[in-house]
Amino acid sequence: MTSPLLNAQQLVKNFGGLTAVANVSVHFNQNELVGLIGPNDAGKTTLFNLLTGETPVTSGAITLSTDQGVQSLTGKRPTAIAQAGLSRTFQNIRLFKTLSVLDNVRIAMTNHYHDGFFSSIFRTPKYYQTEAAMTTAAQELLAFFNLTDVANQPAKNLPYGTQRRLEIVRALATKPKILFLDEPAAGMNPEETADLTRLIRQIQHDFHITVVLIEHDMSLVMSVVERLYVLNHGALLAEGTPSEIQQNPAVIKAYLGGEPSC
Amino acid sequence: MKANLKYNLAWLALMVAVFVLIDACEFFGIINSFIENMLVTIGINIILATGLNLIIGFSGQFSLGHAGFMAIGAYATGIITQNIATPLGFYLSMVVGIAIAMVAALIVGIPTLRLHGDYLAIATMGAAEIIRILINNFKITNGAAGLFNIPPLVTWATVYVLMCLTTIMTVNFIHSRRGRAVMAVREDEIAAEAMGINTTRWKLVAFVFGAGTAAIGGSLHAAYIQTIAPGDFNIMASIAILIIVVLGGVGSITGTFVAAIVLGALDTILQNFGTLRMIIYSLALILIMIFKPAGLLGNWEFSFKRLSQSRKKATVHD
Repeated sequence: MTSPLLNAQQLVKNFGGLTAVANVSVHFNQNELVGLIGPNDAGKTTLFNLLTGETPVTSGAITLSTDQGVQSLTGKRPTAIAQAGLSRTFQNIRLFKTLSVLDNVRIAMTNHYHDGFFSSIFRTPKYYQTEAAMTTAAQELLAFFNLTDVANQPAKNLPYGTQRRLEIVRALATKPKILFLDEPAAGMNPEETADLTRLIRQIQHDFHITVVLIEHDMSLVMSVVERLYVLNHGALLAEGTPSEIQQNPAVIKAYLGGEPSC
Repeated sequence: MKANLKYNLAWLALMVAVFVLIDACEFFGIINSFIENMLVTIGINIILATGLNLIIGFSGQFSLGHAGFMAIGAYATGIITQNIATPLGFYLSMVVGIAIAMVAALIVGIPTLRLHGDYLAIATMGAAEIIRILINNFKITNGAAGLFNIPPLVTWATVYVLMCLTTIMTVNFIHSRRGRAVMAVREDEIAAEAMGINTTRWKLVAFVFGAGTAAIGGSLHAAYIQTIAPGDFNIMASIAILIIVVLGGVGSITGTFVAAIVLGALDTILQNFGTLRMIIYSLALILIMIFKPAGLLGNWEFSFKRLSQSRKKATVHD
């Protein structure tokens, strides 16, 4: 039995008197597609922010299994966590707006290429080699996601759905072990959502990575994920396969309402 | 590779052509010492403003402390060349100035670059004031009286060559993996961090790089003007550099060139107007800001590459 790739134990996040995430333990395995659902204000995005280091945890522990053994990510800066192999997209798109699509992807590759400082300011052959290698790698990724035509356009000029796709490409360019997608289908029409469903399956399959997905679109979630976590009021309500979750009375109650239990 | 060589040669040709042009004008007496003074001031301002544009326009950090780093370069040159009055002494003093300015930028930057916007501006302004007041009180810098009789080791040609060099280095920096990381910080810090970009580090790199170029500008200023005093490097000096950056377009090196040349020429032409000079100058600034709020060139850059590509496209369409 191998240990999970990412293991979060008893995460707590308090904002002043408000408990946004209360004692949540989750784990994600290698090459798994996991969904994270819950009503509005359930703490899904906060949980993402805790896992990626964007907001520091009040208490709890996060560990990542690597080739060198188990590494603690608790209290690390987002930069360090991203370098460890956790990448994400944002609920409200956060692209580098005025920069080109190609640059958006190349920026995400910054840490994977090295040229000396002097070689870049004096443009030695090493600089041209590094640039060419980065550009080729970025263009391959863009081609894979059908973004070659817009490579030189500023990111802000892209249509909404394409911006969402570019955010996923950019996250993949960091060569992550785990990809966190925060409501990737938000604001998309059914056709775009269907495309996205295919895309997510393809990413998990071709890149051999773990994908964790926050989504409100149940048709998307239920069709792609292998396992689901349900959050409600900051606490973990249920965990299971899509069919188990669909029959879970507590989940149905949280979504459709019902008699208060106390 | 071959195409890159072509564009690099085009830039080299442009730089040599301008040099020859100025040299010829100098030879035929078209440029008198008055105009030469203007050209040198423009050149030094370009060096200073390009460095500041890297900090403000590309890393998105609002710094008001540029004159402080310029002062370090100027005093390094002033003090060292008074003892070693040779060209070698000048270049040595410049290197020393750059090194001290970079260390100072590192010391100032580590705590202050956590701040944003107005707060950072005030913090960097404070840092520059500390540098100025230190210079004002040290014995080696001759206090408030400043340094005079600095050996004239710099000609317009030195300024021109160093202006080209610093611009090339800055532009190369911007168009590299490092420059893109710096721009990512400007665009969206949270997203940059999530992509593994160490935002503090890249802000600091841009800030220290900018401070180094400011020191080069200061060294040239000291060796060309031959007199420096702490008062030359006060907050107004920082603002004068800032004006060039904002007027040319934040994030456009081409704009910095245009603005430095326009303002330098305007300043010289208006010398004849006596007291009206500052009013007309200020009025010109206000008008440009009203009609061109993003600066003269916005964030547009001149590029031989784009020029030849658009020409190719045009011929295809024909």
